[in-house]
Amino acid sequence: MNKPKTKKLLFLFRHAPYGSALAKEGIDAVLAASAYDQDLSVLFMDDGVFQLLKHQKPDDIEEKNIINILSAFTLYDIQSLFVCQESLAERGLRNTDIAIGINIVAHNTVSQLLSQQDHILSF
Amino acid sequence: MSNILHTVNKSPFLNQTLKHCLGRIQSGDSVLLLEDGVYAALSSQPWAMLMNPSHQYYAIKADVEARGLGEDKLLSHITLIDYEQFVELSTEHSTVQSWY
Amino acid sequence: MSNLLNFQQNIPPYKAGTKSMSLTIDGKIIATDKEGYIKSLEEWSEKVAEMIAIEEKIKLTSSHWEVVLLLRQFYQEFELSPTMRSLVKYIANNLGKDKGNSIYLLKLFPPNPAKIASKIAGLPRPKNCL
Repeated sequence: MNKPKTKKLLFLFRHAPYGSALAKEGIDAVLAASAYDQDLSVLFMDDGVFQLLKHQKPDDIEEKNIINILSAFTLYDIQSLFVCQESLAERGLRNTDIAIGINIVAHNTVSQLLSQQDHILSF
Repeated sequence: MSNILHTVNKSPFLNQTLKHCLGRIQSGDSVLLLEDGVYAALSSQPWAMLMNPSHQYYAIKADVEARGLGEDKLLSHITLIDYEQFVELSTEHSTVQSWY
Repeated sequence: MSNLLNFQQNIPPYKAGTKSMSLTIDGKIIATDKEGYIKSLEEWSEKVAEMIAIEEKIKLTSSHWEVVLLLRQFYQEFELSPTMRSLVKYIANNLGKDKGNSIYLLKLFPPNPAKIASKIAGLPRPKNCL
C-alpha cells in the first residue's frame, strides 16, 4: 500500500497581533491546512507570544479578537500548540497570562521542534 | 525652544525604533506609543529603565486594551489617551517625529 | 435610433450568477453577496433565515433551527464561519454524536452543510472551506 506520507508542518508565529495582518493570516493558513489531515504543530515565539495574552479587547481598533479564533483550534483538531518559555520570560509574562491551553517549552525543545519538520511556515 | 512629540508604533522587541527614539529625546519632548509600540509601556520590558520619568509618556488606550495589557502591567508614568488627545498633543508640540 | 434605445432597455440588468444580490423582507432590502450571503450580521432575523432557506430549497424544521442557532453561537464565540470538520465537532459537543456527524448535517443542509447552514444563519461565507 502506497499511502501518501503525511507531512510535518510547523506554523511559526513571531509577530504581535493587530500591528500587522501576519497573525490573522497565519491563523487562516493553519485552519485551512487542518483540512488536509497533515501533522500540524503551531509554535509561538518572540513577539508571537503576545497573541496568547488574556484580556485582549480589540473592539475599539475594530479587529477580531485573536484569542476567540485561537480557541477554535481544538475544534479543528489542532492540538500541538507550543510557546517558547524564553520569549515569555524576556517579556516578563507568566503562565497565568496565557489565555489558552498550550505547552510551554524551553529553548532546546524549540530547536528540536524546528528540526523535525518537513516544512516551516513563518508568520 | 522647540519641543517634539515622538511617536513609536513598533514593538521594541523586534525593532530598534524605541531605542533610536529614546537615544535622541531632549528635555521638554514627549513620547507617544501607539499600535505595536504600546508593548514598550510594559514595566517588564528590558528597555523600561531607559524611559526616563522626566519626560512625558503617553500610549493610545484602544491599542493597549486591544492587546490585553492591563494597567497593573504598565509603567506607572504612562498616561493613556485617545485619538482626540493625540491631536491635542500634536498641536501642543512644535513638531511630530514618527519613528517607524 | 429609438429602436436601438428600446433594444438596450430590453437587456436585463447584469447580475453575477443567477440569484439576486439582495433580499426584500417586509419592504426592507437586505444586501447579499453574489452567492446569497447577507452582508451584515446584524440584519439577520428568523424571517431572513427562512427566506434564504427557500432559495436553497430547504424547509426549516426544529432540527434545522437548533443547528442554525448553534452556528450563530459558534460565530460569536470564535469570530469564524465554521468548516465542515469544526461544525461537526461543535454540534457533537453541544447536541451529541447523533447530530454531530456529517451524514445527519448533510441531510439537513444539502449539498454542503457548512456553507448552506452558515448562509441561513447569516454568517459570512466560510473562508477556509476547501
